Amino acid sequence: MEMKPLTRAVLGLICLLVGIWLVAPTIVVAPMSFNGVKSLAFPPRGFSWQWYENFVTSPDWSSSFFNSLKIACLVAILATVLGTLAAFGLDRMRARPANLIRMLLLTPMVVPGVVLAIGIYAVYLDARLVGTLTGFVLAHTILALPFVLIAVSANLEVFDKRLETAAASLGAGALTTFRTVTLPLIAPGMLSGLLFAFATSFDEIIVSLFITNPYLRTLPVQIFASITRDADPTVAAVGTILLCVTTVLIGGGMLLLGRERRGRS
Amino acid sequence: MSAIVEPAKPGTAGRSRAWKAFALALPALILLVAVVGYPLLMIVLRSLSEPHWGVQNYSWFFSTPVNLVVLKRTFAISAWVTVVCVACAYPYAYLMTAVGPKVRLVMVLCVLIPFWVSGVVRTLSWVILLQDSGVINSVLKWAGIGTVRLIRTQTGVVIGMAQVLLPFMILPLYSVMKGIDLRLMRAAQSLGARPIRAFFTVYLPLSLPGVYAGAIIVFILALGFYITPALLGGPRSTMLSTLVQNQVLSLLQWGRGGAMGVVLLLATFLLLALAAPAMRQKHKEGARH
Repeated sequence: MEMKPLTRAVLGLICLLVGIWLVAPTIVVAPMSFNGVKSLAFPPRGFSWQWYENFVTSPDWSSSFFNSLKIACLVAILATVLGTLAAFGLDRMRARPANLIRMLLLTPMVVPGVVLAIGIYAVYLDARLVGTLTGFVLAHTILALPFVLIAVSANLEVFDKRLETAAASLGAGALTTFRTVTLPLIAPGMLSGLLFAFATSFDEIIVSLFITNPYLRTLPVQIFASITRDADPTVAAVGTILLCVTTVLIGGGMLLLGRERRGRS
Repeated sequence: MSAIVEPAKPGTAGRSRAWKAFALALPALILLVAVVGYPLLMIVLRSLSEPHWGVQNYSWFFSTPVNLVVLKRTFAISAWVTVVCVACAYPYAYLMTAVGPKVRLVMVLCVLIPFWVSGVVRTLSWVILLQDSGVINSVLKWAGIGTVRLIRTQTGVVIGMAQVLLPFMILPLYSVMKGIDLRLMRAAQSLGARPIRAFFTVYLPLSLPGVYAGAIIVFILALGFYITPALLGGPRSTMLSTLVQNQVLSLLQWGRGGAMGVVLLLATFLLLALAAPAMRQKHKEGARH
């Protein structure tokens, strides 16, 4: 469909504004993180590294960062194992029960965060799981599981099952078949599920706000507390560090993926 | 594993295979029941049993004016967010189908970059942008327009929420628009339709499945928002989630908080159930082209 130059210009302008709107919040934290004074007012005044120093040296910030890292790693592993098993099971079941179970396993994505949070909080109070590593890992795992299930299921859908039959008919045992044929073929889905699970846990805030206590705080809870308490640019420094780390990880992943694809073809 | 891949035959062998497959999904299901099913059941029970058995918490909810105001506002804000998302995503997704691969890559990156930064940090960014001494007001003052109050207003909440949810609108819309055959538009125009008429009679109906899919996701996710309204909003933009949190954590009213939560949960599931058949139908129609 050919557009008139005027239509094209107007459309381009609208999209430029939408693009700025999408990206602006991501980049605005960086200049604030070098603020010379303790304020989040714009424009920042002066220049200093003190907020980065504060993040590294303050026990509140560093301990919450390591808590989040530990929880997210455990969640990534647990969710990937459980999600992959479930994806396999559902793939080998009849369509009707499989769809029902799949729908149930995806519900954590649509249940309003606060409703789930008060429920988990009520159960954790009874089970003494508030502020414990186990409590955080269990809650985050069920929130992260849908992403693994979706990623691995998508991989299984295009997976040619005759390859497994072929391996078995050539004398490979069930475990060997799984290790040498199935696993390498579904590895991409598992890997993207693993990353999504890690990100979900590392970023989770609503349930965490309810099941946290002064002894165990995650990074998002610490950030939330800091925002509601005062205008501390340390939050901006943390945001900038996280942005840089994600950019490097995603950039690296895309490069690796591109190289692998080129290598295969 | 090899035994499982053969098509299931009726009889004991097939049944045992089905059980083996179910056993693989069982750990995830047990965790689901323990961390989602049982807690939600507890909330429903508590909303019906505290302080004593009955529906007193629900009649309290629907007879207290402030609750109804917040309920109505929650739906109104979600509707506004959905409208803003559709209005911004439609031209954006359309342009994505009309540009070359390089510009498209930049546009896709713009949609995905918001996911790179932590959700809480992003809300902080909106505080920095919207506050009275924030980026937007600095620019407006510099341009000589004067300042507008954005933080702690409903407008501010809608701006922040719509930015978070926009990718959920753009992506389904783009995937539908990508499949629309543009020769249909040319055919309409060659038959004498003006571009505007061709757009409204040919292109718009074909793109509606994407609009439905995106709008439902955005609206449902918006209903449950908690962090953005809590940090960007004021007392006049409180949403239902904040009220639930307030009842439970500050007032220790588990029954009332639970009843509110159940209302929110039911609204969400009802919308999903209503939208599911329509969405599936439209999806099929969209896929046919």
